[in-house]
Amino acid sequence: MVDGSVSRLHVPIMKTFTAMITVTLRSGILDVQGKTVEHALHTMGYTSVGHVRMGKHVTFTVEAETEGHARSIAQESCEKLIANPIMEDFDIRIQEVA
Amino acid sequence: MNYGVVVFPGSNCDNDALYATAMNAHASSRFLWHKETSIPSDIDCVILPGGFSYGDYLRSGAIARFSPIMRAVVDFANNGGFVLGICNGFQVLTEAGLLPGALARNTRQLFSCASVHMLVENNKTAFTTAYAQHELVTMPIAHGEGSYFADQRTIDELESNQRVVFRYCNSSGVADRQSNPNGSLNNIAGIISANGNVMGLMPHPERVCDTLLGGTDGLGIFHSLAQHFQTA
Repeated sequence: MVDGSVSRLHVPIMKTFTAMITVTLRSGILDVQGKTVEHALHTMGYTSVGHVRMGKHVTFTVEAETEGHARSIAQESCEKLIANPIMEDFDIRIQEVA
Repeated sequence: MNYGVVVFPGSNCDNDALYATAMNAHASSRFLWHKETSIPSDIDCVILPGGFSYGDYLRSGAIARFSPIMRAVVDFANNGGFVLGICNGFQVLTEAGLLPGALARNTRQLFSCASVHMLVENNKTAFTTAYAQHELVTMPIAHGEGSYFADQRTIDELESNQRVVFRYCNSSGVADRQSNPNGSLNNIAGIISANGNVMGLMPHPERVCDTLLGGTDGLGIFHSLAQHFQTA
């Protein structure tokens, strides 16, 4: 609500955002998949490659008034379901769908 | 006493748990469908069985934790009801916050399917009185994500309050690195809630309750519970 406008006259303008979420194991936890891929890359000759981390990529759309609101919905989704904060970190990118 | 064995889509040890409790432990036992929204009032202990609930999608136990019956299981546990989580059931209990920590992918990168030795580290719980303190027991494991993980504070809290109930060890009862099948911190195989009514473990006691299946080391859990409810 802006400039004292009356709430019943306030029609929110909803926009569509895309949330792009990356979930990875927390740094203290051995990432066995990442290690396996790293070993394979080294065997292939890519010896300069290091610190391979495997994770999950989750995307969804959100209808929200603001980017901040879309982000908070994505944040809650991650904390409650998409990631397990005990062993995983997550990163959220929000982009408005043109 | 009466057991209720929860059946999630993808549970595959539900029949084993029903058989072990009913046929081997001679208790009354029945299935509880995941869409149920309450735990029947005559149920003394809910079992969350092993398997791959909801295909293990996202993370083991992550989706099951939001199934309709889990809200009832959480209420049941918070009101003092007994809950036993085996393998996937243990994963569901940690996801639901009924037990601390999480089960991460096995550090050996393999799905581990083997008989393992464990020490009964606390025989004062309602789940373990039929065992001797530090008794060596053998049970099968079958999991890809059983590496118990929690922050150091949680581990210290579990250890100092005897909440580590089962610990992986070798055939001589020594909990060393070689006898740890999945990389669990402190060789932890099973833990119990602070008030002693919720226990989770990765090995499968229900698979060693019948001499025909090569062992009866799992029966102690169901005998302990029977004794608890007989004297309660």
